[in-house]
Amino acid sequence: MTAPVASQRAISMEIENGIAVLTFDTPDAPVNTFTTAAQADLLSAFDTIEHDPSIRAAVILSGKRDNFIAGADIEAFLEFRTAEDAERSSRDGHAKFAAIADGKPVVCAINGGCLGGGTELALACHWRIATDAPKTSISLPEVQLGLIPGAGGTQRLPALIGLQAALDMILTGKTVRAKKALQLGLVDEMVHPSILRRVALQRATELAAGTRRREPRKHGAGEMLLDENPIGRAIVFRKAREGVLAKTKGLFPAPLAALDAVAAGYSSDGDGYQTEARLFGELAMTPESQELVFLFFATTALKRDMGVEVEPMPKPLPVNKLGILGAGFMGAGIASVASPAGTIVRMKDADTARVAKGLAAVREVMRDKLVKKQITRTQFDDLMLAVSGTTDYTGFGNADLVIEAVFEDLQVKHQVLREIESVVPPRAIVASNTSTIPIGRIASASTRPERVLGMHFFSPVHKMPLLELITHEGNDPQVVVSAVAYGRKLGKTVIVVRDGPGFYANRVLSPYVNAAGLMLDEGVAIDAIDDALVKFGFPVGPITLVDEVGLDVATKSGAIVSEAFGARMSPSESLQAVIKAGRLGRKGKRGFYQYDDDGKKGGVDVSVYDLLPTGQRRTTVPAARIVQRCVYAMINEAVLCLEDGILRSARDGDIGAVFGIGFPPFRGGPFRFIDRQGATAVVSVLDELEREFPGRYQAATSLREMAEQGTRFYPATGKPV
Amino acid sequence: MSSSGSLRRVAIITGVRTPFSKAGTLFKSLSAIELGRLCVAELMQRTNLNGGDIDAIVFGTVVQNVQAPNIAREVSLMPLLPKGVDAWSVSRACASANQAIADAADQIARGHMECVVAGGAESLSNVPILHSRGFTDVLMAANKAKNFSQKLSAFSKVRPKDLVPVAPAISEPTTGESMGQSAEKMAKLNNISREAQDEFALRSHRLAAAGLRDGRLSAEMFPVYVPPKYDRIATTDNGVREDSALEQLAALKPVFDKRYGSVTAGNASPLTDGAGAVLLMSEERAAALGYKPLAYIRSYASAALDPGEQLLQAPVLAAPKALARAGLTLRDLDLIEMHEAFAAQVLSNLHGFESQLWAERAGLTKPLGEVDRAKLNVMGGSLSIGHPFGATGARVTTTLCNELARRGGQFGMLTVCAAGGLGFAMVVERV
Repeated sequence: MTAPVASQRAISMEIENGIAVLTFDTPDAPVNTFTTAAQADLLSAFDTIEHDPSIRAAVILSGKRDNFIAGADIEAFLEFRTAEDAERSSRDGHAKFAAIADGKPVVCAINGGCLGGGTELALACHWRIATDAPKTSISLPEVQLGLIPGAGGTQRLPALIGLQAALDMILTGKTVRAKKALQLGLVDEMVHPSILRRVALQRATELAAGTRRREPRKHGAGEMLLDENPIGRAIVFRKAREGVLAKTKGLFPAPLAALDAVAAGYSSDGDGYQTEARLFGELAMTPESQELVFLFFATTALKRDMGVEVEPMPKPLPVNKLGILGAGFMGAGIASVASPAGTIVRMKDADTARVAKGLAAVREVMRDKLVKKQITRTQFDDLMLAVSGTTDYTGFGNADLVIEAVFEDLQVKHQVLREIESVVPPRAIVASNTSTIPIGRIASASTRPERVLGMHFFSPVHKMPLLELITHEGNDPQVVVSAVAYGRKLGKTVIVVRDGPGFYANRVLSPYVNAAGLMLDEGVAIDAIDDALVKFGFPVGPITLVDEVGLDVATKSGAIVSEAFGARMSPSESLQAVIKAGRLGRKGKRGFYQYDDDGKKGGVDVSVYDLLPTGQRRTTVPAARIVQRCVYAMINEAVLCLEDGILRSARDGDIGAVFGIGFPPFRGGPFRFIDRQGATAVVSVLDELEREFPGRYQAATSLREMAEQGTRFYPATGKPV
Repeated sequence: MSSSGSLRRVAIITGVRTPFSKAGTLFKSLSAIELGRLCVAELMQRTNLNGGDIDAIVFGTVVQNVQAPNIAREVSLMPLLPKGVDAWSVSRACASANQAIADAADQIARGHMECVVAGGAESLSNVPILHSRGFTDVLMAANKAKNFSQKLSAFSKVRPKDLVPVAPAISEPTTGESMGQSAEKMAKLNNISREAQDEFALRSHRLAAAGLRDGRLSAEMFPVYVPPKYDRIATTDNGVREDSALEQLAALKPVFDKRYGSVTAGNASPLTDGAGAVLLMSEERAAALGYKPLAYIRSYASAALDPGEQLLQAPVLAAPKALARAGLTLRDLDLIEMHEAFAAQVLSNLHGFESQLWAERAGLTKPLGEVDRAKLNVMGGSLSIGHPFGATGARVTTTLCNELARRGGQFGMLTVCAAGGLGFAMVVERV
């Protein structure tokens, strides 16, 4: 670094007519965070402000284009050894912000994202202005990291915007746009970015002169009844707790701790700030928080990974036009995320009726955005116009990328691949949304296999965050890089995996679902299995999952991996019997569960037991054993995927499992799970399971080695990835 | 254009249109702007054209949306096009799309632009209904009112008759004569019998039906999936009646002159919704981008006459001009597409082509001559296909070029009559 030291400061200060203007601009970083250096800068700046009598007031601005302050420096969290360490850091924040709140008038001028500690700083200021720029938003996302706001957020936010509105933000970590922030009273003014600095300076001058004072916010009727008296607040807290428990099934401690911290702020005997600091400290040491923090680092690291190791890194080719083959659930789903990403989409299917259904499905997703006010009517019209349907290949001639989402059959895939290649330009990338057929086998029919790869989206595409990108040995690295970049443009978390039966996601799902199926064979109740895994933290249990993806799809995928991996993947009798009976799951409104005419899921369809080996006779297996049998089959397979080179890293395996198949995020993923249990413990459970179910739980060689050598997938301390 | 050697030749790459749908049917919920956007988007999709290659959108419509009068701009502000694409709207009644094409061609011929999409759209299901003069005055006064009592006093002046909304009439502002009345008058002046009109209408339906059946006419349209559910799909022109019979047409009552008239709903074009667009390029750009032109614009001309005389007869004056500019005669033409507003109008126009009187008015020494019916509107026309005012010009241009190519012909001419006593003609050629 050759730049002068002064410019290296995260926060610089200049004085204009008695107003100190603090500009937060972390050097060499895309966003501002409260690093140790930034904290020191802030402290010294406010020390100067406090002691220099010529300074009457201050303004805080960001030097970044689209970011105000992203919050705490999460890397600093890794330094906490004990709950006391974390609690101390919270108290330290309290002291710093209290000094600001109790000092000379400070105007917070927010443009761009304002998160966590940034929001808490804003709350400690005396006047808040937000710009109406689309990127401007305010949030307290700490619960998403298994934490609570630790710099006074749980205390100052309810005081500013009222209990109910504050809980709404704190318990979910949701983002509030400028307009809404103004309505809530979270900010005092909303201005165009071009006048932000001018207005902020003016307000600082006025506050210092005493010619302007913050008017207390007007309370709504509901707020008067509930927020403003102890009985009403008790009702609000009770409702909120019920809501949190219903949503988290009691698996996440953070929202409950947040409720306690907020409540402490209202109680006459306790000190809300102390409670906040104590709970922040406790939460920082919970496995839940540590795994969520791991995922934060893992996803951040993944964003910089283009999926290939070549020098120099090829530049991604732009995808302006996307051709989609098959307007079914997947095809339409892909269209519904491509259009908002600014891509022109052409969607082909065999007949107009199917195309129409596809367009209607896309509209459904856009309509949801419109109803939620995420887009305007004009944007809605544009997003729909960008997607057009066809029954021939017109419009594919200038496609940059074509994704086929046709029937999962090699012959059909070969046929469409040849058709696509006869119409698209030679530079076009052709992707298959195959979920099981090895991409190498699909690419074998191609005249340019180096441009053919797999893009395995998960259903429903607009909701599922993962994109599993499957490469084969002959791929042009630029094709891979382009697909990775485009997947990210679609808002997906992209992992690049190597070709192989079931790739990663479906391969690790198979033994998991099989384990559940074998328990069905034994006579375990459907809901007992599902409940056990939901309590473990999966969003749905394995049997529900089969119903959701469709029994046909599940058995087809199961057959491919079973063929490839033999005994350990051989399917259960139960699944075979149920599909043979013509039950397809939710889509056929008949599966393991009941569905009404609208497709709404009911309880277990007990008539299905007649199809199973033990008939209506049920046996019980303890919930812990159910979890063990399913989860250990999955994590062992994940290790095998890493061993086989399907996965490029344990990190990808953890992200893939969490974002693709619903592995409980607060458990970090299969590899983090193993690290936390210890390889030795995991191997001994696997060995015990293997004795009872021979051929299904043979511990991966590398896992056994790790157990012997006492090694881990991730470093035990410091930044995990 | 042939008069100036420095102008460039303009290529018609292709044209596309929505199916034409009788007003109040499939496209009831779609505005002209929406139809236009769908059509231009599809044109770009079908031609694999990148938005950045387009210089401008020129569009016409007759019944304008009061809130968005520049339809071309609304159409051009679509996700497939950069916001920097120029856009302007033209108004020449039923020849609006023709004027859009002529404007676009001029820009290309002059070298100002290389690639322009021109066309038009109309929704006669969505005509703006206006307040009466009296109610408008009240609203304006109320808008200016400074307080509640002034506002109240403004509204107190409302009379019941003021509340009757005003629908836009298809009548001449100067003469007050409706389009149908004009056609009725032309039938009488040119001695066009009811039978001749009905026969011509029947011909239009039969030829259009044949064109739809064998795919020649369908080739120029794309299926429109109608939102919000997309389950209704417009795939064909729904005004074409394959089973039309002369007796049925003869049974219809005259609309505009119930006692002595001959113009009926059966021999007049129906109110229609639809859009059409044509892609134009300089010859050089077409070659550079790898497009094979469908045809080239050889010449065009327009003419006007007293709307109180024979409102829809101006093509008789425009056609000779266009032919003269093309250096061609009627005999050189392989095809003629004549817009069919009314059977009486088509027959009057054809009559005019053969008339010494009209020849002299057009500055010719002898009549243009008789149009070979085998070359005229070989796939029917607006009487059967329908007539979305603003879009028809794009439709006839596309139909003419496609059929000319199909037949391997060299020259084709189109004529369009328009309100206000206006007429338009264009000659295209294939090389």
